[in-house]
Amino acid sequence: MSATPDTVTTPTFQLDGEEIPFQPGQTIIQAALAAGKYIPHLCFHPEFKPHGSCKLCLVKISGRPAASCTTVAQAGLSVESEIPEVQDKRRTLVQMLLVEGNHFCPSCEKSGNCMLQALGYELGVMSPHFPQIFPVRPVDASHKEILLDFNRCILCELCVRASNEVDQKNVFALAGRGISKHLIVNSESGRLADTNFSATDKAAQVCPVGVILPKRVGFAIPIGKRKFDLKPISDPGASAGCAEHAEGGA
Amino acid sequence: MTIQNKAEIIDAILARHRDKPTRLMQILRETQEELGWLSKKTLSMIARGTRQPLARVEGVASFYSFFHTEPLGRYCVLWSDNITDRMLGSVELMREMCKKLWLEPGRVSEDGLVSVSSTSCTGMCDQGPAILVNYRAIPHMSSERVGQTVDLIRSETPVSKWPAELFSISDNIRRRDILLGNISRPGDALRAAIARGAQPTLDEIKLSNLRGRGGAGFSTGLKWETCRNAEGSGADPEHYVICNADEGEPGTFKDRVLLTAQADLVFEGMTVAAYILGARLGMLYLRGEYRYLLDHLESVLARRRKDKQLGHGILDHAGFDFDIEIHFGAGAYICGEESALIESLEGKRGVPRNRPPFPVTQGYLGQPTIVNNVETLASAALITMKGGEWFREIGTEKSAGSKILSVSGDCTRPGIYEYPFGVRVAEVLADCGAAAENTQAVQISGPSGVCIASDEFKRKIGFEDLATAGAFMVFNNKRDMFLVARNFSHFFAHESCGFCTPCRVGTTLLKNCMDKIEAGHGSEYDINEIFKINHLLQAASHCGLGHTACNPMFDTLQKFRPAYQRRLNSLAFEPAFDLDKALSQARQMTGRDDADAHLKNTMEVKA
Repeated sequence: MSATPDTVTTPTFQLDGEEIPFQPGQTIIQAALAAGKYIPHLCFHPEFKPHGSCKLCLVKISGRPAASCTTVAQAGLSVESEIPEVQDKRRTLVQMLLVEGNHFCPSCEKSGNCMLQALGYELGVMSPHFPQIFPVRPVDASHKEILLDFNRCILCELCVRASNEVDQKNVFALAGRGISKHLIVNSESGRLADTNFSATDKAAQVCPVGVILPKRVGFAIPIGKRKFDLKPISDPGASAGCAEHAEGGA
Repeated sequence: MTIQNKAEIIDAILARHRDKPTRLMQILRETQEELGWLSKKTLSMIARGTRQPLARVEGVASFYSFFHTEPLGRYCVLWSDNITDRMLGSVELMREMCKKLWLEPGRVSEDGLVSVSSTSCTGMCDQGPAILVNYRAIPHMSSERVGQTVDLIRSETPVSKWPAELFSISDNIRRRDILLGNISRPGDALRAAIARGAQPTLDEIKLSNLRGRGGAGFSTGLKWETCRNAEGSGADPEHYVICNADEGEPGTFKDRVLLTAQADLVFEGMTVAAYILGARLGMLYLRGEYRYLLDHLESVLARRRKDKQLGHGILDHAGFDFDIEIHFGAGAYICGEESALIESLEGKRGVPRNRPPFPVTQGYLGQPTIVNNVETLASAALITMKGGEWFREIGTEKSAGSKILSVSGDCTRPGIYEYPFGVRVAEVLADCGAAAENTQAVQISGPSGVCIASDEFKRKIGFEDLATAGAFMVFNNKRDMFLVARNFSHFFAHESCGFCTPCRVGTTLLKNCMDKIEAGHGSEYDINEIFKINHLLQAASHCGLGHTACNPMFDTLQKFRPAYQRRLNSLAFEPAFDLDKALSQARQMTGRDDADAHLKNTMEVKA
């Protein structure tokens, strides 16, 4: 008997007690987001290969911690996500990102559309907790259409990947090591104006925080009425499993 | 140097490496050796030559501590900053050197002559304090040697003309067993392998129970079998053999001695592996600190090529083609992690890969690859000659064979000790001249390993008890175990690759926490913070560096808590901010450091 799509049993795993169907090869976060179940994430983007660096998508699989973006789904797995132990660790990770960069939400054009800020709200981050590191990261305002404010960079590499894989321009790369790791621009001067970067590039659309901002568009939607001001990031209507929503308000 | 000269030099180096982007590490190293440092213009030329974006080349150059993208003095002095160097007075000697040269640590002198700063452990712990001058190792630093090197630098004597005895490195082999006592002739293992055949030789390796000597202890036979069974892919299917000689774990220096005293045995092990896997290329990834070994190793390789132990048709066995290249690391501990090492060999930033896939199926250039420790490969060569049964009889049931320990710290006979597995810590202490009653702790397997206290000295070296990559650092009763842990916290913060959030930020927060406690601003709150960060690092880090980065603090807090407690200012919370310290820049600018230049109450607290 030939199997029709209706009779084929799609394999499933359990996420916080709920059955999540998956296609073979999908990672846990891919299957969860496709099924409308939110798992926090920053460096993951549905259009790109899982990266596994921010670790916000940490879950417990059969009692062991793992990054859900890089762990391939298997039938019968028991995945715990919204449990206090995991949420605590995610909260600490957000706090680490907050002290690593210079994040001043009230004056940031991305406020309300920023995934880091939204995750802070989602996870109940009331303070940065750790002593601020205060890195020195000058802004690059050289480009006529785009402002780069490196102070807010969380090193998710989405712009690096977008510029490389989609735009095929390699405008961005990472330099340095450890806490000195930072985003750089591909030109001898180090300035964005001296690259072939354009505001229509994919790389200009994917930043989950407020590093890559279009110029001359400011506060078009008032703070308080922006994406995550209206709905939390975990709401299927707000995230829909996509990082791209984050720049919608600009 | 004119721009034309510079371009010619870079072109020659690029040509030598056939403009291959995978050779970027070697291209950068050789260019820096010629030009002194790597300017943006230089990197730009290399980027064009290797046909990759400048930012990517810049990203690689800035990842490795030994590549300099800022102008560097004509003499670059780096003091090894392991705790064992510090215990031998490195901090004071470095200060003395800076004073004599009128220098601030980390800054290039006004005339561009010299810079003095520190670097992670250089693998000379048994003959420290050690320095690197233009990346050449000088052990046994003393006040006298500081004076001597300062004179040589001031007189601008080229390092190649410095007295040879300054660069004399000792093996300090104190106890030999099967590896260091090996007297087989080069080629013996290869002849045994060819006589037996590839599969039967692999069977012997499996029978021997040989486990990886880098610390993780994975079965070597299983690794080789999985790799042998994996198909190469793409237009250029290959299998690769990599020898991991990126011995970066502070306190470890056994691979340096193995490569000095038993280089043939190591290369023989690689060649046997190649015979089993059908590999044609092997790579020895040697840490940049061991640059001085290059001439010796190249001459051994050249002799082996001449004797048909490498090259086409090895030992006249048709189709057995294999050669070995030496690649240098450039000051990045993380490259000891096998997938980061492979990235580095491919000319990239040394960032550990997401796994699976594992290197045995998709390693170097996506092809099946084995990465083995120096000592593992030497052991495999012995097994090939003497059989798996012989080997598994040595050591213990779960840990077959011998283990080479790098012994340093508070003992009268530091150096290299090879024992059958199962030796007790107390026996090693007795052999190296560390009186048990005067010894308070031993750091086994370096900062990422475990710190044991005197009531644990009956424990055994072996995978079933104290697994180790070889470091064995001894601390006597007078040592402050807090300072040991603090030194290790700086090490991990410096060596974190920065890929994942918990390790990148967490190691720096830990370092700052330890510095805060040392400065007398610590409280019980900070101790709790250390435990909290430890939990996160264990659960969420991308690789072993992050998983183990808190071990030194965790162990010493469990076993030597008074070392922390006597530093704590209060049991509640103390801010890290120190108003008096905040004025230090003003004091420096005005050249004052007298009592009136300090805030009164801070002085009173300190007094």
